[in-house]
Amino acid sequence: MAHDVQNQMRTKTEFEYTRRRSADEMRGQVTTFAIMIFLTLIAFTAVYADFSPNLVVPIILLLAVIQVIMQLYYFMHMSHKGHENAKFFLFSGAFVAFLTVLTFVTIIWW
Amino acid sequence: MDLNTKYTPQSWPQHAENSTLEGKNKFVGFWLFLGGETTLFASLFATYLALKNKGPEGMEFTTQELYQLPLVFIMTMLLLTSSLTSVYAMYHMKNYNFKAMQAWLMITVLLGAAFLGFEIYEFNHYVHEGFNYSQSAFSSSFFTLVGTHGLHVLIGLGWFILLMLRNSKRGLNLYNAPKYYIASLYWHFIDVVWVFIFTVVYLMGVAG
Repeated sequence: MAHDVQNQMRTKTEFEYTRRRSADEMRGQVTTFAIMIFLTLIAFTAVYADFSPNLVVPIILLLAVIQVIMQLYYFMHMSHKGHENAKFFLFSGAFVAFLTVLTFVTIIWW
Repeated sequence: MDLNTKYTPQSWPQHAENSTLEGKNKFVGFWLFLGGETTLFASLFATYLALKNKGPEGMEFTTQELYQLPLVFIMTMLLLTSSLTSVYAMYHMKNYNFKAMQAWLMITVLLGAAFLGFEIYEFNHYVHEGFNYSQSAFSSSFFTLVGTHGLHVLIGLGWFILLMLRNSKRGLNLYNAPKYYIASLYWHFIDVVWVFIFTVVYLMGVAG
């Protein structure tokens, strides 16, 4: 189980730089969270406001997709380097998901 | 080198979650798993959409009269906030602050448990109204979809609690940092699924 890990003491400047960078990232994530709360509020309000379903449904679906993309890219760090595999796996899954749902709501009927 | 080596914040690797081979493998394997989970939930969503409001002749249950949006709104806020608190936990993991990480995970677990409590209340309420699992095609597909998500929340809570207990005396090292990181990815994924559940099941159910 012992793997080769290069143990490197970072210099003080490097250390402070990475600290500041991760604090910046954390601030960005809090902003992302605020936007996600806001999107949720819009979605619930749109349904409460009793507009036509033809208008409301596309809007709330779009809001959900935006919120999920934020969750994936900022909370799950998919925007970072080294996530090529992650993106491939997840988007393949999402593609299959899209086809499955499309099939069940169009081709299958009762 | 020994995986139990103690670090200082300054010597702690910048990407502790995948600086070992084992960490890298966990990372890739877990994202593959999440791709699979996506298709699992897709089949459940598709089944629900196909069977929504379908049931025996004269069934009085419809999405419009069943769902209560205030409850769903509270649950959404709880889960969304717990997603942020686990981001805070990973922020402290990166800074090699074990105590703060455990504390934020504890808050995450409490929020998740509150979410689960509301869900159990909701299911219990439906069953008492006569909307039980075998009542109709609609009820089966609803309980399977939302229940599978609830099961994921339960597993996530157990996972966090076991990790926190197992490592409480040990502190952070390169052996357990990937484990914490993966568990938090799982927790975010649970929130991703919930975003679609509250939109597709509850909001679209009430909007018509």
